[in-house]
Amino acid sequence: MNAFNNIFFIALPYAALLMFLVGTIYRYKATKFKFSTLSSQFLETKKLYWGSVPFHWGILFVFFGHLIAFLFPSYILLWNQVPVRLAILEVSAFIGGVVALIGLAGLFYRRITNDRLRKVTNYMDLILEVLLLVQIFLGLWVAYGFRWGSSWFATVLSPYLTSIFTFNPQIDAVAMLPFVIQLHIILAFVIFMIIPFTRLVHVLVFPLSYLWRPYQKVIWYWDRKKVRNPNTSWDIHRPRNN
Amino acid sequence: MDVRSQIAMVFHLDKCIGCHTCSIACKNIWTDRKGAEYMWWNNVETKPGTGYPTKWEDQDIYKGGWKKNGEEKISLRGSGKYKGLLNIFHNPYLPVLDDYYEPWTYKYLDLIESPAGDDQPTARPVSLVTGKPIDIKSGPNWDDDLSGTPEYARQDPNLKNLSKAEREAMFQLEKMAMFYLPRICNHCLNPACVASCPSGAIYKRGEDGVVLINQKVCRAWRMCVTACPYKKSYYNWNTGKSEKCILCYPRLEAGHAPACMHSCVGRIRYLGVLLYDADKIEEAASVPEEELIDSQLDLILDPFDEEVIRNAKENGIADSTLKAAQTSPVYKFVKEWGLALPLHAEYRTLPMLFYVPPMLPIMASLSQTDDTEQAKKLDPIAKFWDKHHRYDTTSKSIMQTVEQARFPVKYMANLFGTGTEGKIIQVLKKQLAVRIHRRSVTVGDIDKEITKDTLTEVKLTPEIADDIYYLTSLAKFDDRFNIPPAHREQALEMLEYTGDAKGSSGFGFKEVPQRGL
Ligand code: SF4
Ligand code: SF4
Repeated sequence: MNAFNNIFFIALPYAALLMFLVGTIYRYKATKFKFSTLSSQFLETKKLYWGSVPFHWGILFVFFGHLIAFLFPSYILLWNQVPVRLAILEVSAFIGGVVALIGLAGLFYRRITNDRLRKVTNYMDLILEVLLLVQIFLGLWVAYGFRWGSSWFATVLSPYLTSIFTFNPQIDAVAMLPFVIQLHIILAFVIFMIIPFTRLVHVLVFPLSYLWRPYQKVIWYWDRKKVRNPNTSWDIHRPRNN
Repeated sequence: MDVRSQIAMVFHLDKCIGCHTCSIACKNIWTDRKGAEYMWWNNVETKPGTGYPTKWEDQDIYKGGWKKNGEEKISLRGSGKYKGLLNIFHNPYLPVLDDYYEPWTYKYLDLIESPAGDDQPTARPVSLVTGKPIDIKSGPNWDDDLSGTPEYARQDPNLKNLSKAEREAMFQLEKMAMFYLPRICNHCLNPACVASCPSGAIYKRGEDGVVLINQKVCRAWRMCVTACPYKKSYYNWNTGKSEKCILCYPRLEAGHAPACMHSCVGRIRYLGVLLYDADKIEEAASVPEEELIDSQLDLILDPFDEEVIRNAKENGIADSTLKAAQTSPVYKFVKEWGLALPLHAEYRTLPMLFYVPPMLPIMASLSQTDDTEQAKKLDPIAKFWDKHHRYDTTSKSIMQTVEQARFPVKYMANLFGTGTEGKIIQVLKKQLAVRIHRRSVTVGDIDKEITKDTLTEVKLTPEIADDIYYLTSLAKFDDRFNIPPAHREQALEMLEYTGDAKGSSGFGFKEVPQRGL
């Protein structure tokens, strides 16, 4: 079992992190044109509404739940001290997961049944959608079967993840978790790892900066005041846009 | 005063023959690619008609452009910071492929490769999206020349405030009229597409005002498609990037006219520089609807004004560009002569493409003349009526016909006058006056007094009328297209060692534009 634990809870997360970093940076730098959400709404819009909207809001809710539990475990524990609050948290997270699952199942069905969409579907899309479906399903299973997730996440997984990020992996606790939970964790690393090879990259470029930029945008190709004096030598750096 | 220069255009609608050469020229160069088959950066639609995409002018459906409620600041109708980001997972106002048409081709190979049989082989239409046989339901210019009138022309959103009687009159067979409306991106001063792009991929070029989408930054959030009220930003379903008319900027920079303009058979198109005051853009876009056209025209500066020239120079506008602004045919049509108007100024994007509204559907009043004398001189087999209707050019009533046009002025006003008729009538009268003047010069059958009166009524002198006539009818290529040098050499010097750029296309885009994972 030791080898299993070492591979999946030490090697895999680091491999995933490395692959994610190198992959996305390379992809962003070298193949920027391919950074896109690849929206298919233009080809089919009605079913998309019933899939995309619940999926996105659901998964965002659940994702940020995980993130908060990882970053501020003590607050989660504090919140969970009151049973009603615990119930509210668990139930709303579960609903979020169910909504995401239904939405994604709808999206998957839409993608494989529509002729037009099949033309814009590649293997990676299908792999990703199946992985996500399984992952959300596992997550719901875990939430339902091993209560209360939010509390033990804060006590078991947050320290584990912190230990990964501080390069001092402590896997004793994770190694003892039930297999379903372990699978959920492993799959999370796998999905994280393949981000640069899927359309998931669009998450990384979510345009929040839109909120604070001015509406209009004007770019000057050249500035006469800065045009090089032909009598000087070439000492300016190559600009970024070329 | 923040003086900037803008490449602007005038389309003289009376001269458009609806040949679609412009659309084809554009398609062959720019949109003959997978995912772009359905796009027509330049399209020509028949008016009345629903256009492309169907009913694009109906902003209740597509929510394009800017809106202004009372004293509020202008805001994007269907997108913008909050609405855009909230609708990002599903944009309810996005036109879809079927609103344009599903592009197709034919299985031509079946014609020659089918095995021998009892029937003639046929080439079935197959979709260019799915590759499967389709039933063609609509296509580019499906309603060309008023075909399918009940479905299309009668559904024209511009008919909205016409009375039932007026509409019926428009579609009586004997009275039916139409004209063509060629459309490209207007390269607006207050572009809604730029404002709506969450990624900030769309921008206006400072030097010449061309509005472009950076293909490396676009992430298919598809807000620009909704925001552009003219529906001139298109989504490429294959690459997952939006695309739009680039005003053939590589050609412009090399001193060539854009392909659609260069190829225009009717020679309806003019292109030149306008100087404008960028400080006043927001203000100009925010005035009440009836004042929009005037406020937009007020943005355009007089290129002969000392103050303007000084400010322009301070802003780094080249002398050659200033010279081009002074000789710009667009400036003449739009400002000096007041003959060209923006299309749907009420969308508040301050479009920089102006149209000379067509005279075509306006008839002069008719008078009966006795042609018996004339008939006697003709060969007996020549068919001749002794009583004949002639255009009445002898009476003053000639100007009345504008108001009594068989094509309701109100309809034109919905297109070019933000719904008010004053501007349109003025422009049409001016055009009529020029014709009367020229007729009196060349044919001489119009009373001199009448000619003089008509000209003074619209505040034209015979000299100006002659200029208008020249630029309208006789203008040569270089009169119609006055393209300032782009000074690419200076831009290049600023960027890099010029030796490096020798022999390159200058696009600076080295990646294969392939769909990502
Ligand atoms: S017409 Fe062109 S510049 Fe104006 S909003 Fe539409 S795409 Fe943008
Ligand atoms: S080429 Fe010119 S005349 Fe022909 S349709 Fe286009 S704009 Fe009209």
